[in-house]
Amino acid sequence: MSRLGELLERGDELIITGEAPVIDGGTLADYEAKLAELAPWCDAMNATDNTAAHAHASNVAMAIAMQRLGVEPILQVVCRDKNRIAQQADIMGAALHGVENICCLTGDDVTAGDESEARRVFDLDGPQLIRLASSLREGRYLSGRSVGTPPALVIGAVENPGAPPLDYRAQRAAKKIMAGARYLQLQICYHPDRLEAFVAALHQGGWTERCAILPSVVAVKGAGPLRFMDASVPGISVPAEVIGRVADAAEPAEEAYRLVREQCEHALSLPGVRGLHLTDFRKDGSMARLCTDLGIKPRSEREQHAHHRVVAV
Amino acid sequence: MGLVSALEHVVKKPIWDCRMCGQCVLHDTGMTCPMTCPKTLRNGPCGGVREDGHCEVKPEMRCVWVKAEERSRTLPLMPQDWREHFNNLRPPVDNRLQGTSSWQNLLSGRDRETPPGWTPEPAEAEQAEA
Repeated sequence: MSRLGELLERGDELIITGEAPVIDGGTLADYEAKLAELAPWCDAMNATDNTAAHAHASNVAMAIAMQRLGVEPILQVVCRDKNRIAQQADIMGAALHGVENICCLTGDDVTAGDESEARRVFDLDGPQLIRLASSLREGRYLSGRSVGTPPALVIGAVENPGAPPLDYRAQRAAKKIMAGARYLQLQICYHPDRLEAFVAALHQGGWTERCAILPSVVAVKGAGPLRFMDASVPGISVPAEVIGRVADAAEPAEEAYRLVREQCEHALSLPGVRGLHLTDFRKDGSMARLCTDLGIKPRSEREQHAHHRVVAV
Repeated sequence: MGLVSALEHVVKKPIWDCRMCGQCVLHDTGMTCPMTCPKTLRNGPCGGVREDGHCEVKPEMRCVWVKAEERSRTLPLMPQDWREHFNNLRPPVDNRLQGTSSWQNLLSGRDRETPPGWTPEPAEAEQAEA
């Protein structure tokens, strides 16, 4: 079983996932260099599926590359570019290479990308894709045909706690959990009150016992990326005071660091939150600083610690 | 298009902008057609809904699912179980039914046929309250 799967079964330890950088061209060595900063801190990293509707090296190829480089991948699968036949083929194809973690998303629309004229697919939607993955895990394709030996898929999904209809988001998350999601990577949320209400609803409903909630944080260097996310990333709103706080600071990069650290501390303080999903746009060594400041040990140390504990018992 | 599907289209197109998917779920979705969502999502809003409740793809349009969620709670004269079905997991669209009459498919049960590998709702689905 994957490390992520083991952590989910153990049920109490911190889980750190990360958004692996995309790669457009180059070699495995180039990719290794790109992963180097964030990978040591993560239990698993997302092999993204054409993020923001931009073509990149494929999710399956990146996942296999990560495995070769000693990084545990999470195969992200979106519904925008492929129909149900191709989605099943990707999941089973990656599983053939030992990729067990998958994360099911509806996906950004083609209009979010740089090829808006492309045909959008959306043969399935996010919750249906989760259920489909559950079927594969149980040993059959959607058609009912046997997959032979079922892959030990560790199925996850995403949810956005900060986008309308706000009062419905926790129910939608619950729907995904019922469909088979065992962890949820949340969209970055710059409204702490919304994140709190969302997590509290899931926690009170008992859903956090069945599913690990991993709020996202995005480390940026200044107000520019915050403005960009607010204006251009669908479903993300960044309040003017948050942008102003960074823009007007004497040292914007330092203030942006403080912001992301506060976001981590806040998220981890919420009952029902199991860990974090990290995205790094700073690429200046901040990931090591952030994890150290938060008291989060590198993956290798956390693995050892868990092992010792098992031995002690 | 047969006579019944033509009649269905005449009735449902002006009111709900019906796309004739042939497997109507209007009653479960606050009498709001999910096929009018640019992503044709049948299971709730995507994560791209704008701060003003409008669509990621068509900024001038209110999100179909924001509307559906609101209507599923507030529309008068709607049976209670229709409201409760709102959060049900709806199966993938059967693309073979495009253009056929959902009324006929409802009567024949054809609209409730799902792929053999699509597992039924687990029992706990009934208690989906978050």
